[in-house]
Amino acid sequence: MELVLAISIATLAGSGVWLLLRPRTYQVIVGLSLISYAVNLFIFSMGRLRHDAAPVLSGQTGNLADYADPVPQALVLTAIVIGFATTALFLVVLLASRGLTGTDHVDGREPE
Amino acid sequence: MTGWSHHLIIAPVLLPLAAGALLMLYDERRQFLKATINLASTFALVVISIRLAEVADTSATSVYLLGNWPAPLGIVLVLDRLSALMLVLTSFLASAALVFALARWHKAGAHFHTLFQFLLMGLNGAFLTGDLFNLFVFFEVMLAASYGLVLHGSGPLRVKAGLHYIAINLAASFLFLIGVSLIYGVTGTLNMADLAVRISGLAAGDRILLEIGAAVLGVAFLVKAGMWPLSNWLPNAYSVAAAPVAAVFALLSKVGIYVLLRLSLLVFGAHAGSSADFGSGLLIVGGMATIAFGMIGVIASQALGRLASYSVLVSSGTLLAAIGMSDAGVTAGALFYLVSSTITVGALFLLIELIERGQNPAADILAVTAEAFGDGDEEAVEEQVGVAFPGTLAILGVCFAICGLLLAGLPPLSGFIGKFALLAAVLTPAAGTDGGILSAAWLYTALLILSGLAALLSMLRFGIRTFWAPIEVVVPRVSLREIVPVVLLLLLTLGLTIQGGPVMRYMQATASSLHSPQQYVDGVLGAPRVQPQGAKAE
Repeated sequence: MELVLAISIATLAGSGVWLLLRPRTYQVIVGLSLISYAVNLFIFSMGRLRHDAAPVLSGQTGNLADYADPVPQALVLTAIVIGFATTALFLVVLLASRGLTGTDHVDGREPE
Repeated sequence: MTGWSHHLIIAPVLLPLAAGALLMLYDERRQFLKATINLASTFALVVISIRLAEVADTSATSVYLLGNWPAPLGIVLVLDRLSALMLVLTSFLASAALVFALARWHKAGAHFHTLFQFLLMGLNGAFLTGDLFNLFVFFEVMLAASYGLVLHGSGPLRVKAGLHYIAINLAASFLFLIGVSLIYGVTGTLNMADLAVRISGLAAGDRILLEIGAAVLGVAFLVKAGMWPLSNWLPNAYSVAAAPVAAVFALLSKVGIYVLLRLSLLVFGAHAGSSADFGSGLLIVGGMATIAFGMIGVIASQALGRLASYSVLVSSGTLLAAIGMSDAGVTAGALFYLVSSTITVGALFLLIELIERGQNPAADILAVTAEAFGDGDEEAVEEQVGVAFPGTLAILGVCFAICGLLLAGLPPLSGFIGKFALLAAVLTPAAGTDGGILSAAWLYTALLILSGLAALLSMLRFGIRTFWAPIEVVVPRVSLREIVPVVLLLLLTLGLTIQGGPVMRYMQATASSLHSPQQYVDGVLGAPRVQPQGAKAE
């Protein structure tokens, strides 16, 4: 499971960085979204990978090792919300730039 | 600090939040009401922050437990001398920028007042919080508001620069998250004080992971502070932003400096074992490279806006290298320099807009603005700029000369004291060594003096071109509301000079408590919970 997760985070982050460096604004925003997915998965994995373990203590007390770490799950929720909001804001700026300059190049003009 | 006044610590976060939320309820036709609410909240923040600074100066670290959870588990707000200092600086600069904006700029786009308040909330929160993830949240609040403000006034130039600014800061935010989560994964805590305790007991393998996490986190702050290879976005964004916005942005880059100062001394102090002084070599080299880059930029600038933006970089570089030296005396000088240079650059950004108004590039931008935002209120804007008072050019000229003195670090103003304190501390060999001064210290001294010279040269050139030998003299029409904040900011630096002794004592006390973080750690982790009234014994 570790390997699968690591490979998927790496793929997302790698594609995201590549797209981020592309000259079209749409590519940049898709790149940023992919990086944010990679980062969210990464935060999640920092709570150690477990299955069949609840994050909320219920019923029986005892060994903490039976439970998943709830903090990264809370963090990832916050990160998703903030990442989503800022990406939406970026989308507005992207459209404004397209409207004002007439091109979707990140520099606001086509290269000669 | 007990009772009611204890809750004052959270006021710098709650007040702008409430004011910003309230401002959203009124539409843009109620400009007067919105301006009044914004002014009231910002001036109240001045009073609150001064009161908090008094408290921070007399008592030990004050801790506010949110939701009454004990320290390492819940989120805490921590007030100490450093955070109080930054709060005071924020509130003063914000007040000046706001009064300036009320003359004209606040009408150049929607939701200026709301965004301004949310920006203050993010700034204040970032200075007060004692929790890494909470720092991220306040950082994002601050950045989201700044994304809106950088676009304030619209126009193709701002949108283009804003696009780059947002993309780079979003990418930096993701680095921030990676860093924070790595640190959590290794140490199992997000509380800064708890982190400082746990770092000494880490195994070697974990320590490497923690240092990687801290390095990734550091990159995010260095982007914000504008260290050299990461700073190419800054001059563009700052020089096209509306004048009052640019003045507040001068403070935004100091947030990165603040966090680096706080974390490097708290977490990677002497107690951190083999991780002590982690990254300080990089900060020294990077800081000096930033000074050199900023210096070249200052000389090469063809427009005043870019000159001021590169001055921000020079100031950042000076501070970063000073943090890297990690010496209490140097830190005290750096704090004085931080306050002085932030006020100077803020005042310069405001002043530039007034000076350039006579020379037309700003008028061009405004014309574009009116076009983009709807040209209906063009007459109203013209009306506002109205009152030209006698001697405008003389006052502007004197203010400009004072800014030049401050940037260059010439006596008698506070720019000189800041640089003098820095150099005196850098060239004093640390106790315990055999009296040699590091070659880095000599290089730093040379760069600091050269950067002053560069600022002087460049300011002189612009001054001569604008005030002494203009091709056609155009007296800019400046309203009283615009020149007063600039003059007040410059008077503030005069105040810093006259009250140099007490201010320096505060800075030294701040630096010495930063360099012995045990008191901070004990204060946070030992903070007592409030006992609920009439609680049942369990």
